[in-house]
Amino acid sequence: MNEIETTSNEPYGSAEGKDLVSGRPVFPLKHHEPRRADIDPKAAKRAERQVSAMFAASSALLMAFVVAYVKVPSDSLVQIPGLGTVGTSQVLLGLCFGLGILLIGLGAIHWAKKLMTDVEVTQERHALTSTQEERDEVAAIVKRGAAESGFGQHKLIRRTLLGALALFPVPLVVLLRDLGPMPGTRLRSTIWTKNIHIVTDATYQKIKASDIPVGGLVNAVPANLLEIEEADGNINARGKASIILVRMDPSEIVSQQGDGWDYQGIVAYSKICTHVGCPISLYQQRTHHLLCPCHQSTFDLADSGNVVFGPAARRMPQLAITVDSEGFLVAQGDFEEPVGPSFWERG
Amino acid sequence: MSIVTNPKEKPATVVGAAATYVDDRLASASFTKRLLDKVFPDHWSFMLGEIALYSFIILLLSGVYLTLWFNPSMTEVIYNGSYMPLKGVKMSEAFNSTLHISFDVRGGLLIRQIHHWAALFFVAAVSVHLLRVFFTGAFRKPREINWVIGTGLLVLAILEGFAGYSLPDDLLSGTGLRIAEGIMQAVPLVGTYVAMFVFGGEFPGNDFMPRLYAVHILLIPGILLGLVTVHLIMVFYQKHTQFAGPGRTESNVVGYRLYPVYMAKAGGFFFVVFGITALIAGLVSINPIWLYGPYTPAQVSAGSQPDWYIGWLDGAVRLTPNWETTALGHTISWNLLIPALIVPGIMFTLLGLYPWIEAWITGDKREHHILDRPRNAATRTSLGVMALSFYGILWISGGNDIIATQFNLAINTITWTFRALIFIVPPIAFVITKRICLGLQRRDQDKLLHGYETGQILRLPHGEFIEIHAPISDEEKAVLLSKQDIAPLALAPSADASGVRNPKGLTGKIRGRLSNWYFADNVAVPSDEELRAAAEHAEHQLHAAAEQGAISGH
Repeated sequence: MNEIETTSNEPYGSAEGKDLVSGRPVFPLKHHEPRRADIDPKAAKRAERQVSAMFAASSALLMAFVVAYVKVPSDSLVQIPGLGTVGTSQVLLGLCFGLGILLIGLGAIHWAKKLMTDVEVTQERHALTSTQEERDEVAAIVKRGAAESGFGQHKLIRRTLLGALALFPVPLVVLLRDLGPMPGTRLRSTIWTKNIHIVTDATYQKIKASDIPVGGLVNAVPANLLEIEEADGNINARGKASIILVRMDPSEIVSQQGDGWDYQGIVAYSKICTHVGCPISLYQQRTHHLLCPCHQSTFDLADSGNVVFGPAARRMPQLAITVDSEGFLVAQGDFEEPVGPSFWERG
Repeated sequence: MSIVTNPKEKPATVVGAAATYVDDRLASASFTKRLLDKVFPDHWSFMLGEIALYSFIILLLSGVYLTLWFNPSMTEVIYNGSYMPLKGVKMSEAFNSTLHISFDVRGGLLIRQIHHWAALFFVAAVSVHLLRVFFTGAFRKPREINWVIGTGLLVLAILEGFAGYSLPDDLLSGTGLRIAEGIMQAVPLVGTYVAMFVFGGEFPGNDFMPRLYAVHILLIPGILLGLVTVHLIMVFYQKHTQFAGPGRTESNVVGYRLYPVYMAKAGGFFFVVFGITALIAGLVSINPIWLYGPYTPAQVSAGSQPDWYIGWLDGAVRLTPNWETTALGHTISWNLLIPALIVPGIMFTLLGLYPWIEAWITGDKREHHILDRPRNAATRTSLGVMALSFYGILWISGGNDIIATQFNLAINTITWTFRALIFIVPPIAFVITKRICLGLQRRDQDKLLHGYETGQILRLPHGEFIEIHAPISDEEKAVLLSKQDIAPLALAPSADASGVRNPKGLTGKIRGRLSNWYFADNVAVPSDEELRAAAEHAEHQLHAAAEQGAISGH
């Protein structure tokens, strides 16, 4: 490498001179001003003491870390103004470790700034492009190799090789096939079927129509969710079958997705947003609007669950409900349209 | 061929002996010499990339610790750790082991919080470093390749952050995954297949977490590490850019040597970054998953917010109107495709290609090692601010519900306002930035021609008041005169003299127009003659002033 160096004592170029590459005027490097520590031994001694004090304090803090780790029980809490109640161990370990290594860094930087040289050094750049001869040599080598291998000459070898290499990724892609099942129609249905009881989300209690007052909201799931083991996709099923029940005065219902899908003003809608799948539960009693906390899509449950605002393009699917002989709410069947976000095959 | 060994001295110290041992096998002396003597220029903004690098190292270190206890399994367990409020709650093993790290491993929460804070700092440092490189024109020839690598690093950093954020399987991150899955489903033709294959069936399934874990701790960090290494080797090999100043030219580097100054400064700075990250992690809670609870697809908390670097994407999804088309039995969800795939795709493509776009417009194919002052590249700076304002509005839109609740405004009004602002603000930001840059250029020109204002007012014999200007220092001149003016490309004629159509006529015309637009209103650096004339004039004025006795002693 052609790295020629000059120090600031030999100024590079002159005020009249121009940078050969860019044509900019070149001014001499600034004259080096000595620092206090360069000329005053007392100042240098002080800087030395400061740096070593930081390193010594660092050692003490890192040892304190070990003590805190061993001595402070992990469940003890401490009140710190501005931070509230926090774990004693967490705060002590953080302080000891953080300050401990911070001081190593500050010490090293202080050392560099006060005691190490601050005389600027000039280093030449090297060319980032090759000479024409070098390029020609490479081109000649490439041609020679092509000739020696006969790559250009043996057409059959070339074509069969390219064919084999083109197929090389095929097994690698095919191997990914068993990552998951084909979509099939699984996005089109949920586990709701005719006469399945509607049960509360958390406690799995059957719900009587009279349990829900006008204006009330209940998060619910199908009773058959309990029969599915976790390993068989209980959570997946919940992600599609969750509904909300809302009761309004029957006269307030403007429209529904099907005739008689409510039961005495109780309507059931999917809880999974048709935009991108967040579960929705922000319900405004007065307007019957349901708002998604993720992207603020808003649906009108008094009017077929239609979109009134936000990025969702589709209405919330409604679940037709009725009651069994004992008066418990049941589904009339599955949703009539896929729940959750849209997909290519949805139509 | 025979190997000639020239006689060498026997090393006197242990270090010398070790170095000799290595050199006898690798001929490492010449490389070591270049390495230790390497000169780096000094500027605070060059530390931004360092912060990114150090945050990455902190992430690797703290990440290894977390893998010792974290278990990315979706197996359902009943919590029985020491965090009382969740005792007896059903949760995945992933969430359970994250609670275990937070409450039952001593210092575990500290490591977890260091990891999370470092991730936030990493993406931030990468982003701000990118802005520094953009606004100073450091991406220009010969550093375009490193710019593209940097763009790739940004994309990977965002993906890696999102993957790590999703691993604890808490309510907040699970909601983020649900959204990611919905976006996958929105891809035309293959969307449902992609979603089914990625999740091993329907969302959320049991397969995804272990897969995401492998991606988060092996695949993406591996690629990141490789690209970071190449990025650094290229910086080392091409040498760092520097700002204009006395002694600085296109063909040199002025600064301090790696050994000892930068070893102490940069090495020390690693500990500073680590120390500050650890202090913040010790004192400031981040991602308290125990407050969110384990994930269930039937719940979400109001005011859900992703980590900061996902905010702009979330904002774009919130702003896009509810466009969806259904034709021939197929659905295209524009409301997701546009904000989550098309717009980010265009943004990152333009970002990656910017060095070539700018070089095509300006016709500037020269090497650049002296950085631009942002004002001197007025159009580039304005484009950058315009892009930033676009990003900023998307980012703020990601918090439209928070704004609504904090300021008591209707969410509809806020969303419609941002839908309008996303088109209105960027052009305004462009124009204002350009005017500010040109104003600063004019001020620089003024300083070069007339010097700086001394604040001394002089009354001339005929009653006129003038303010005395003094010439600026050589140092300042070196900076101000570093501005380089390039003539815009000429408009290509559509036909030559004999009427033959120019085959490159239209592209040539577009390019010429763009070039003229790019350089429009540029304030040229004074020529040598103008500077000389101005110097003479100043001399004159000082002379007159001296005669008046106003500034005696000068």
